[in-house]
Amino acid sequence: MSVELDVFVGNTTIMDEEVYQLWLDGYTVNDAVKVRMEGGVMDECEASKDVLLSDTMDQYRTFQMCERLLHSPAKLANQLLFQIPPHRQIMLIERYYAFDDTFVREVLGKKLSKGTKKDLDDISAKTSVTLKSCRRQFDNFKRVFKVVEELKGPLVENIRQHFLLSDKLARDYAAIVFFANNRFETGKRKLQYLSFQDFAFCAGQLISNWTVGAVDNMVEDMDEHAFQTLPSLRGKTKVFIEMEGSFKNLSRGLINIAAKLTNTKDVRDFFIDLVEKFIEPCRSDRWSAADMKLYLTHYTNSAHILDTFKHQVVWDRYMGVVKSCIFKMYHD
Amino acid sequence: MPGKLKAKIVAGRHLPVMDRASDLTDAFVEVKFGNTTFKTDVCPKSLNPQWNSEWFKFEVDDEDLQDEPLQITVLDHDTYSANDAIGKVYIDIDPLLYSEAASVISGWFPIYDTIHGIRGEINVIVKVELFNDLNRFRQSSCGVKFFCTTCIPQCYRATLVHGFVEELVVNEDPEYQWIDRIRTPRASNEARQRLISLMSGELQRKIGLKVLEMGGNAVVGYLQCFDLEGESGLVVRAIGTACTLDKLSSGSAPNTNTHMHPNTAPASNACNSPSKDGKEPVFVEDLPSSSGPPTPFRALPTSSSPPPFSPSKPCSRQSSSSDTDLSLTPKTEEPHSVRCRPGIFLCPSSPILSTDTLSLPGSGSVGCGRGSNPRATTSAPLSSIQSDSALLRKSVSFTEDLLLAASGMGSGGSAGKEAGPLRTLLRQQTQTALEQREFPFFTLTSFPPGFLLHVGGVVSARSVKLLDRIHNPDEPETRDAWWEEIRQEIKSHARALGCHAVVGYSESTSICEEVCILSASGTAAILNPRYMREGCLDIGCTDHRFEEPSPPNCGFCHIPYDELNMPFPAQLTYCYHCRRQKVPDVLFTTIDLPSEAAVAGKGCLIQARLCRLKKKAQGEANATAISNLLPFMEYELHTQLMNKLKLRSMNALFGLHIQISVGENMLLGLASATGVYLTALPAPGGIQIAGKTPGDLSSEHISSIQKRINDTIAVNKELYQINPPELAEEGVGSPIPEPRHRSRLFRSHSESSDELSELDLSHGKKDAFVLEIDDTDAVEDIHSLLIDAPPPTGFYSCNTENMPGISNWTSGVQMFTSVRVLRLSNANLTNQGLNKIFTDLCENLLKSFYFKLRSMIPCCLCHLNFTVAVPEEELIQVTVTAVAMTYDKEQTQEKTAEKPINKGSLEAEEQLQFPLELCADSSSSNIQTASKISGVGESTNMSPRVSSLERCSPLQEGRSRSLRSSRSFGGSSVTVVKMTPLSFLPGTRIIKYLGIINMFFIRETTSLREEGGVSGFLHSFIAEVFAMVRAHVAALGGNAVVSYSMKECVFMENPNKNQAQCLINVSGDAVICISETDQESSASTANTGQTGGSETDGAT
Repeated sequence: MSVELDVFVGNTTIMDEEVYQLWLDGYTVNDAVKVRMEGGVMDECEASKDVLLSDTMDQYRTFQMCERLLHSPAKLANQLLFQIPPHRQIMLIERYYAFDDTFVREVLGKKLSKGTKKDLDDISAKTSVTLKSCRRQFDNFKRVFKVVEELKGPLVENIRQHFLLSDKLARDYAAIVFFANNRFETGKRKLQYLSFQDFAFCAGQLISNWTVGAVDNMVEDMDEHAFQTLPSLRGKTKVFIEMEGSFKNLSRGLINIAAKLTNTKDVRDFFIDLVEKFIEPCRSDRWSAADMKLYLTHYTNSAHILDTFKHQVVWDRYMGVVKSCIFKMYHD
Repeated sequence: MPGKLKAKIVAGRHLPVMDRASDLTDAFVEVKFGNTTFKTDVCPKSLNPQWNSEWFKFEVDDEDLQDEPLQITVLDHDTYSANDAIGKVYIDIDPLLYSEAASVISGWFPIYDTIHGIRGEINVIVKVELFNDLNRFRQSSCGVKFFCTTCIPQCYRATLVHGFVEELVVNEDPEYQWIDRIRTPRASNEARQRLISLMSGELQRKIGLKVLEMGGNAVVGYLQCFDLEGESGLVVRAIGTACTLDKLSSGSAPNTNTHMHPNTAPASNACNSPSKDGKEPVFVEDLPSSSGPPTPFRALPTSSSPPPFSPSKPCSRQSSSSDTDLSLTPKTEEPHSVRCRPGIFLCPSSPILSTDTLSLPGSGSVGCGRGSNPRATTSAPLSSIQSDSALLRKSVSFTEDLLLAASGMGSGGSAGKEAGPLRTLLRQQTQTALEQREFPFFTLTSFPPGFLLHVGGVVSARSVKLLDRIHNPDEPETRDAWWEEIRQEIKSHARALGCHAVVGYSESTSICEEVCILSASGTAAILNPRYMREGCLDIGCTDHRFEEPSPPNCGFCHIPYDELNMPFPAQLTYCYHCRRQKVPDVLFTTIDLPSEAAVAGKGCLIQARLCRLKKKAQGEANATAISNLLPFMEYELHTQLMNKLKLRSMNALFGLHIQISVGENMLLGLASATGVYLTALPAPGGIQIAGKTPGDLSSEHISSIQKRINDTIAVNKELYQINPPELAEEGVGSPIPEPRHRSRLFRSHSESSDELSELDLSHGKKDAFVLEIDDTDAVEDIHSLLIDAPPPTGFYSCNTENMPGISNWTSGVQMFTSVRVLRLSNANLTNQGLNKIFTDLCENLLKSFYFKLRSMIPCCLCHLNFTVAVPEEELIQVTVTAVAMTYDKEQTQEKTAEKPINKGSLEAEEQLQFPLELCADSSSSNIQTASKISGVGESTNMSPRVSSLERCSPLQEGRSRSLRSSRSFGGSSVTVVKMTPLSFLPGTRIIKYLGIINMFFIRETTSLREEGGVSGFLHSFIAEVFAMVRAHVAALGGNAVVSYSMKECVFMENPNKNQAQCLINVSGDAVICISETDQESSASTANTGQTGGSETDGAT
């Protein structure tokens, strides 16, 4: 005796947020049932394991059918197959596009290619995020990337409109897309201490200040013109390096980073450079965050004193971003 | 050329990719109606094409308009090969054919393919220009409204209830034609879908014609079913109740007392008596002045003298043509307001005069119909067939009396409608009138207060038939004759119960291979005796009963049959409410609980489940085997129901539905009903356990079981809050003089009646039911009795329209469908084992529902409709459709009298009365009769109306206020469409019925595994069906479907071939509803959070 077929379909699609999360997290039906049982759902309605299994199966099927629609969230609102209240739709989308910080930290800056997808099982093992969930997250990144790649206009806004995401999530996706596109190096051991949120913040800074027409035109490439002027700084700032050796090194480091930004290939090393050339020396000198702040502020402003310095605007633009990135990154 | 159909294809969206190379589609659309086809341009390389086509115009007969669906096919253009079909949309344009429903169909429809399911959507606009056809010989019946709802629809008032209409149409099933061997599954499925769509259209049209002939303008309680008879063909049949409905205009206050001639109602409402005169509704206003043929069915109350019939005068029954003229005089001030204290006129079928109407069970070749009198629980236990037939034989004479009596009042002829000029027409009408008189059946399950006078009990009949090929589809005589036979039997059963009508009537079939079980059931009842006095007298009812008005909250419980000449042994007591008349100890009915009934506590779903193995056999042997099993199954089911009812300490069942399903090697029986404690009926006794012989089984064992049962009863009493008002022993309610029979129940396998008398049952409670334990089977049965888990806290369940004891619904509504199929892998199962499996299956389903819907607590599962089937050997399929509705826990203690508030139907407030009108003799039309009618009627009819008005007056005010409110719906991208199997949506009022939804879909797959197995396949199919229903309703401008039901869900699979096929038929009424706005209802439905226009407050 076995249940051959068992379905339950509501006119308003019934979805349990807890089960949805388990599905998103890549649990198998049986594992999900176990988790739910431990969660004490059984006591709620005198349910038995069979009831729980049947319910979980139903919901998993529903989610699988919905998944196609979630790939283009705008469809969810005007499809006819499922009658889902608007607030539920928002929840479904938001959760579907949510990701694990640990997972995204691993793929940040990597090319969203098939090759990377093949390595997902390693990442899954490393981050203890299930492979299924890894794949969903990876595919989400790729999908968002593909859609906004061809779009003009502000990156964050594009993502928010096309995927109906919350502002926060749209910003995170913008960061991921930005990293993937510029292939920033984030995997080095020295950068391991940085979280995704650190990078996302920096990416936000970079996007809004260093991309051409940051507001009205998303451009993956850095504003090359602006940075080409920076090498000329090199000679001039040197004059003012009269402090201790460390200061000299730090200053030179920052200038060199700026100079390297003209070369797309070197841009990838922006974060590693920041860490190696600036953060690590400071840390070894046991600077406090406040010291750092003081230093960078004065350092930025000192350029203005120079009469010969012709690139005030560019300098401010550069230092503004570098400063806020370093503040964010300067922690253990 | 009576109609012009116009269609415009606007756009498509979410189309599938048909060209792999470009990931795009070159779509175009074919629009087909009848034999005419139009095409749009190709919209190249787009998944969201904008066609914006011209208006495609079809000039067609209205007959075709009724029969044919508009067929829209979306295709992918291919330069080099054949164009690929993306999918189809069938649009039933019937709702556009009557003025009160939708005026345009416009919206997004899912593009459906029988192999791939929904593939994108298409935006279509459809309009119909209908020209009036003055041809009286027309075959169309445009303008007749259809309602699935089994009560008088909200926002309508019934001025006449004509009675039973039925029709069936047969055809060959395309699936079984030779051509099916060479065509693709898609072509085959589409042929089938189209054929069924055509057949339902034709059926509806034919029923409409019958209604027009009867002088009605609507069918309420329309029930259409398919019989997939396989090789022998396809039968589509329908039954319904013909009515004349008047729309209540929302502007008029319903509780004013002005009585108007119905003909003065707005023209749109006035298609009251169209076809008789061969005139279109629009001409109705001319009627009074015209000297043309009269409207015989119309008996018209005046403002001062509403009831037209004098009960003492038999001839008054025969409504005469002069009525029309007469009724013209009492026109009151406002000519266009709707008459508000309506009289509902009923043309009951008067009994036919033949004497051989009684078909005894066992008669007929293979057929073994068995009528069961469930109320006769105390009746002959085992030898049910013999005793039953004996019983019935006894009632033959009885019924003959009735027939004689009836002949006096029937006196028929078929009314003045024979005024039609042509003989053919005349004959036709006479025939239908005869037919109608033959079956005083009503498919309605709830009635306006005062209509239902007495309820006799459930009457049912079954018959087993061998299917043969239908040779001549145009004359489906055999099928007609089969049903005729069954209906006759039902009618005779009703007569045996002293009743002249059957209400809550329904018909069903179960088919396996070439064997078919036809079933019909209903509730025998007496309707409005005031107008049936002679009939009742002659039947033998004591006259005094009808002298005084029966109290509304217990009257329907009073026995309709003669105490001294009871059709079966039953226990009678004086009514616990009025103490004047006799009531039975239990009452089984197929109708909904009347809103005025006094109940204690809450109701609950009670189910009896049964499996019986049967040997595999062929042909006649098989049919005989089945018919031999049927009586035993019915008996067992009734026993189970009775036990479970007692166990819950209740004394009445409503909405009883017994389904017996036949499979190759087993029969399944499932009886569902809603148990309730009627305070008018005596308190149920307990259940007593007795050993076969004392000391046979250990007495401890017995006493432990006894204790468990007693505990369960106590627990249930508390659970369902059954605290009937204690009755003082003194007073009128002295126990009846006659000695009480002790009710007894015996296991069917413990026959010998000798044992009965030996049992000492004197200890224990009075009226105790006795369960005798004589073997282990019996013990198991008792165990299984106790398995039925009560619903978890916060849940209640019922299978009726309204939940006894709960009235304060809040806005939460969740309709659902669930299907479960169980494979029995054990080859050698016993009946007991099977029973257990089947019971567990049903119980687990219920548990699943409770769990899934736990977020809605406190909530009630209403209209739980279980359907069982045996699709293959070793497979049991259970399909359930129900609605979960939230209610406000705080107010559950409210008096049951306030229930109608949430029932929300206008019928309650309207205080409709159904004066019975018999088909008048064509010759006996004179003014004097009519004047007498109205004169005398006044006095006799006053009391019930007054009493019922008092009861509901606050409600009326509330309703009239809300009637004025109107609200437009905001436009989100997809309209939310609510669906419910009930006739109402809590917290809302239906302001418009847009037409009937009747859809049939086939889905097939050849990649079952890829679609998620059978569950995945069916899950998406059901979701798709819901989506298509919602889309059609939204396109009609509606926002809800009421009285929704899934009539058919046939699932077939072949996992080895990776294939599956499923057929689903759904129906319902598309409506526009608005949220309740008046304070009263918002108070009763607190938490709804719905607000309406604030101008309503100002208006009062």
